[in-house]
Amino acid sequence: MATETAPAPVVQEDERVRRGGALSRLLSRPELGALVGVVLVYVFFAIVAADHNFVSFPTLASILNRAAPLGILAVAVALLMIAGEFDLSIGSILGFAGMAILILVTSPDDGGYGLALWPAVGIAIVLASFTGVVNGVLVNLTKLPSFIITLGTLFIFRGLTIAVTRALTNRTQLSGLDEVSRDVPRPGFDLAHTLFGIKVEVLGGRFDIAILWWIGLAALATWILLRTRQGNWIFGTGGAVDAARNVGVPVNRVKLTLFVTTAVAASLVALIQVVQTNSADTLRGAGLEFEAIIAAVVGGCLLTGGYGSVVGAALGALIFAMTRQGIVITGIDGDWYQVVLGTVLVVAVIFNNFVRKKAAAR
Amino acid sequence: MSDTATTSGRPLLEVNGMSKYFGSVIAIKDISMFVRAGEVTCLLGDNGAGKSTLIKTLSGVYRPDEGEYLFDGESMSLSSPRDALSRGIATVYQDLAMIPLMSIWRNFFLGSEPTKGWGPFRRYDVERARATTREEMGKMGIDIRDPDQAVGTLSGGERQSVAIARAVFFGARVLILDEPTAALGVKQAGVVLRYILQAKHRGIGVIFISHNPHHAYPVGDHFVILRRGQVYGDYAKDELALDKLVQLMAGGAELENLAHELERAATSGEEVDRELASAAKIIEHEAVGSSTTPEPVQTEAAPAEREATDADD
Repeated sequence: MATETAPAPVVQEDERVRRGGALSRLLSRPELGALVGVVLVYVFFAIVAADHNFVSFPTLASILNRAAPLGILAVAVALLMIAGEFDLSIGSILGFAGMAILILVTSPDDGGYGLALWPAVGIAIVLASFTGVVNGVLVNLTKLPSFIITLGTLFIFRGLTIAVTRALTNRTQLSGLDEVSRDVPRPGFDLAHTLFGIKVEVLGGRFDIAILWWIGLAALATWILLRTRQGNWIFGTGGAVDAARNVGVPVNRVKLTLFVTTAVAASLVALIQVVQTNSADTLRGAGLEFEAIIAAVVGGCLLTGGYGSVVGAALGALIFAMTRQGIVITGIDGDWYQVVLGTVLVVAVIFNNFVRKKAAAR
Repeated sequence: MSDTATTSGRPLLEVNGMSKYFGSVIAIKDISMFVRAGEVTCLLGDNGAGKSTLIKTLSGVYRPDEGEYLFDGESMSLSSPRDALSRGIATVYQDLAMIPLMSIWRNFFLGSEPTKGWGPFRRYDVERARATTREEMGKMGIDIRDPDQAVGTLSGGERQSVAIARAVFFGARVLILDEPTAALGVKQAGVVLRYILQAKHRGIGVIFISHNPHHAYPVGDHFVILRRGQVYGDYAKDELALDKLVQLMAGGAELENLAHELERAATSGEEVDRELASAAKIIEHEAVGSSTTPEPVQTEAAPAEREATDADD
């Protein structure tokens, strides 16, 4: 192989057999592609949509508000993908968790359970975690590709959400999270709203608090990935599962934990959305699983695992939101959005493949 | 080759009359062999001779159906590869040793990461991992410029060397190497052979599995030849010349049938023989002697010829 013989020159005073170029070093940063993408897309729309105030605080707020929920999901999905697995069911889990909160707080007269807000939130998160356990255990036990398993649970969780909601309440949408009844505010809602739903106005732009969750979780996940032994295990599990197991990495536990993590991330986004809208819908979150995976891939995660970046995934969500907002603001026919999206994905994967070959020739 | 305190002392790891069956198939039968601390036992055999089964039995993957397993003079049975590892029996498999997309230092400590801090702030001690990796590789004679380099960018020989250095660092007393030179060209095989000698001179018992007598001969102290699941011969180095070893590998009865092929192999191998013999001297000298800058292993052969030999990997 050329890469093997070439860098072993006859001049061998020291044993430095291999010298990596500065370029390949730079390219080996997994988030580089996403960073370049963010700049390119922003500049593109800044020029194309110059007449529409693309470069302004209100637009920036719209972009970030769109990016935040997707970004939270993408961060968790990126960790899971680095460990070599997929979770296609997070969109369904999101719908499930949101609906669970609303059903639990709805009064028994309307088919709910009449719980207080915070216990309802706690139970919903526990139930959502359980869906993650289901995914993780199935994947670990069957050794089947998680793509197939979670494709199945995508339908199971969504179907359960619709069926149970309709059976209990005879509806597919529930609202009224902020009020127990007309003009009677729900206890605890103010705190929930402050934590998950508030908007902060900065220079004319109204920024969601969710943006802070997005940034905070991306930072936390990056720290875990790069600076804890569990992070090392995530890379090892996705990089070569047998080799990792041979040296004592608890690969099944790593995967299970990460499936629960994606489920919890989905329920956090569900919580943010129900607090923002005061309502839940059985169909909420549909399609988000693919957007989250695309964001992670755009951010440098390999579909085969073992390589990727949380920061990149967070930036991938930003690219997504900028593209969407750019199309809306310029008045381009929204029908073209999916074309752009698919193109971004394919280009990102081609670029990542190239990067990986540079980073790990052979 | 200098016999540095090798032929004395009791075996560190020893098996007696070991057999392993898979249903009606006799994979290995009545195998007896040993390795002493600071020695290299070469396990040689052609494809299907039972090398893989024997390694997996030695490293705890399989449980033997018959026979005795002695470690440090005590009889025992291994329950798993983890068990073997915790007793100091480390196995480096040819293709399962490393994770290509991870950096050297992340690979080196995978599964045994050093940590600092406490509670939720307990974290991977990255600086120590980097420094230790560099230091340990240095002890094996590999100067890593950048521990952040992905293992996939290393050559096959270097990758094996990292795996060997890792096993040594984590306290291996017996190192089982599964065909570490199989996929390598002569140059890189030379690099790996040197680390085998390094490990040996650090007092580790090395079991070196190979089907290539030219790789085994320069580093081995004694040679166990497997054929059809049984020990065909066990020779100390001074009882055995390289050409004899090559002949033994092919096996007595088949030898005549294979005479033609062997002859061909021997002629084309002559260059390799000489090169490795001289390489062996340099390697041995380096491993024991002064720790000055190691010379390149291949000084004799012209670069063009080496390139040709290397091209097959």
